Amino acid sequence: MKKIISVSEAAKLIKSNSSVMIGGFLRCGTPVKIIDELINNKTGNLTLIANDTSYPDYDRGKLIVNKLVKKVIAAHIGTNPETGRQMHAGELEVQLVPMGTLVERIRSAGAGLGGFLTPTGIGTMVEEGKETIEIDGKKYLLEKPLKADVAIVYATKADKFGNAFLDGTTRNFNPVMATAAETVILEADEICDEPLNPAEVTIPGLFIDYIAV
Amino acid sequence: MELSKEQCREIIARRVAKEVKEGDVITLGIGLPTEVANYIPHNIHVIFQSENGMTGVGHRDLSAPENPKVINAGGLAVTTRPGAVFFDTSMAFTIIRGGHVDATVLGALQVDEEGNLANWMIPGVLVPGMGGAMDLVVGAKKVIIAMEHTSKGRPRIVKKCSIPLTAQHEVDMIVTERCVIDVTPQGLVLKEINPNFSLEKILASTDANLIIPDYLTQKAG
Repeated sequence: MKKIISVSEAAKLIKSNSSVMIGGFLRCGTPVKIIDELINNKTGNLTLIANDTSYPDYDRGKLIVNKLVKKVIAAHIGTNPETGRQMHAGELEVQLVPMGTLVERIRSAGAGLGGFLTPTGIGTMVEEGKETIEIDGKKYLLEKPLKADVAIVYATKADKFGNAFLDGTTRNFNPVMATAAETVILEADEICDEPLNPAEVTIPGLFIDYIAV
Repeated sequence: MELSKEQCREIIARRVAKEVKEGDVITLGIGLPTEVANYIPHNIHVIFQSENGMTGVGHRDLSAPENPKVINAGGLAVTTRPGAVFFDTSMAFTIIRGGHVDATVLGALQVDEEGNLANWMIPGVLVPGMGGAMDLVVGAKKVIIAMEHTSKGRPRIVKKCSIPLTAQHEVDMIVTERCVIDVTPQGLVLKEINPNFSLEKILASTDANLIIPDYLTQKAG
């Protein structure tokens, strides 16, 4: 059985200055309650690893607006003008990563791989500082794994084993992030007393350290 | 005749829709490319893929709650078509980068004579991030650029892109309200022209060299 804790206890597991992966694609499939607690606790100097920085008034976007993030690693920041403003003002370091490369870097960390070769970014700014390797006449960039101190992931429902079901397009980065952090916290909309149907499980519970409700 | 912005968008979306074939897996970019879906005949079965994790993307869902569980890559609530599937980002990019998308339709800031594409940033002005665009143009079998021919009167089809690239040598076709251009190893070939525009006007609003087949000069002459 996994440790079921309150949202407030979950937020306290995340320390200032740590690197945090947060699931979600824009406002879809993101652990909103723990994020709100981080803002209440003023947990700051975070390195945020996420698909995007959402919108100023929502979830991950509020972490930016409240200046709790020192560095962002993301594929897209365009929906949150505050991210761009802080970046241009030199207040926030932003590392933009192609979405497919971002997810695969996280997957590599979670899957025990030393990195991977991708054609994405060849001949662009993304290539700068990276090793180029030619395989069968085609050029690839060597991209390295990306892990975090903590991952906060969302689930539509979970059982007490930590097995999680994610509805619709809420899956996005959540399953892969659950594999790639020292501590993994699952925020579920609903905790079921009965075990989930094994065929229905999107994230195997073995990856989850804490379930927050 | 001066075309309105809406007319331009409709001309472009209708023309791009003709490139779509039965059974194609298609990924549409945000904005104008999304409108292509409106002009694909109902008797053609197409699988719309979205990088946030689904195939079988349907229309916008205006009845969705405040925080919907089914969205497209632009963050808008959408419906599902019969046969729809949800998956995570890792699978989304296996589909995209792995060559399983038949065609992607994207907007552009600039496209050049070598099929290089710039559509993700203007240094110091606009830095939204590349999202999934770099993976899409590298992985899709066919890359179609759907855009208005000029931006504030300035050409977008240029000799060489002057802003940071999204990808090198990946564009296959450019569709604007004025013309259709094929990207070939020899350069940009003007394939069709909208009869509302003269050949002279198209050439004057294009910075890149265009290769003009005989049948177009005869028609224009």
